[in-house]
Amino acid sequence: MKTLNIRINGQAVSQAVDDRLSLADFVRDQCLLTGTHIGCEHGVCGACTLLMDGKPIRSCITLAVAADGAEIRTVEGYQGDDLMVAIRKAFNLRHALQCGFCTSGMLATAYDVLSRIPDLDRDRIRAELGGNLCRCTGYLPIIQAIEDVHAQRSASAKPKAS
Amino acid sequence: MKPASLSYARPATLSDAVNNLQSLADQCRVIAGGQSLGPMLNLRLAQPKHLVDISQLTDLRGASVEDGILAIGACVTHAEIEDRKIPDVTLGLMPFVARGIAYRAVRNRGTIGGSLAHADPAADWLTTTIAMDASLRLVGPAGSREIKVADFVTAAMETAIEDGEVIVQVLVPCFSPKAAWGHAKYAKKLGDFAQSMCVAVVDPGRKVARVVLGRRSELPSLLRGVSELVASKGYDTTSETLRSAIDEDLKAAQADRGDQTMHRAIVERAIRDLAA
Repeated sequence: MKTLNIRINGQAVSQAVDDRLSLADFVRDQCLLTGTHIGCEHGVCGACTLLMDGKPIRSCITLAVAADGAEIRTVEGYQGDDLMVAIRKAFNLRHALQCGFCTSGMLATAYDVLSRIPDLDRDRIRAELGGNLCRCTGYLPIIQAIEDVHAQRSASAKPKAS
Repeated sequence: MKPASLSYARPATLSDAVNNLQSLADQCRVIAGGQSLGPMLNLRLAQPKHLVDISQLTDLRGASVEDGILAIGACVTHAEIEDRKIPDVTLGLMPFVARGIAYRAVRNRGTIGGSLAHADPAADWLTTTIAMDASLRLVGPAGSREIKVADFVTAAMETAIEDGEVIVQVLVPCFSPKAAWGHAKYAKKLGDFAQSMCVAVVDPGRKVARVVLGRRSELPSLLRGVSELVASKGYDTTSETLRSAIDEDLKAAQADRGDQTMHRAIVERAIRDLAA
């Protein structure tokens, strides 16, 4: 056992954990934040993707102890975040989920893609989503939702004509 | 909880890490980003008793150029190379290759040193570093040593690393401004390991020409005849000489006969990419 000191969605958490516990299991079973889903458990499907120190990572193949000192953001941790509000609204309008199992990972990836890449186009979005599997195969609405948010952000970033 | 029971340590210094590794010997595995070892732990293909996490060691994090060599800390991530957070001395080859590795969430944790230590023959860095004629600096109980990547890997997932040794740097020779590189990769799915990949580096300024084929089960092969031809005769893949050189080299590399056509196509594409 090791004492893990970590911040989850802005809150400090200190907890003894088994060395072999995954970050995904810690988030779900100790923090009871079950919005992070566990699919393949070997880093392929992307369902468990969350932000660690602001970057998307696979929480199923990251040990909780390896995240000691880190800042974790799960799908529950975006209250009042303008970008995530826009992404969720676009997912809603485009019906970009069916069963919803992949959605929290998709949202984390979409958040990263939209905040990191200024010159997004459809090909790049498709490539960036390559690590998140949707077994309902509803990829097109997900891509469209991300395109919508990117278009809104590009439009609002342009200086207004005087 | 999927891995078998284990203990985890995150030593504060490199010498602590080496001491840890030496005392725990074969019960112990080094972990950096854990993007290869993590899945193997979960699948219980690897069941080490101890893990020594080197990912936070500052000595292993940065990169610097000295005497025409870029020394990349072993724990620099693929994403840092993709984003050019470290100097690029390869006219864009390394950032390009980095972007093709798995997915961003994997690239944010996975490290270049970890990938080479794992020595999966189909991994992008293995073929690329051998094409760049890169070396590794290792630190262990007996001190520090340098070894070419091509000599470091001895078989699929097997390396010449000794007990207690850690890869600390990947040493990449700086390309001259006249250098050209070509790349081609075929994978069944974006981000998957390559079925076949080829990296070609031709640098007249340093008299270097290396065309290297990577594949799933065999170590990368330097295609010697092809390398000489592209250096002396250029990149015309329609030439009969080049086509038969590719066939000869694939035969010498003992490329699986059932995959020869795919490998030939990938080598030709990489050579055409040299000219692009």
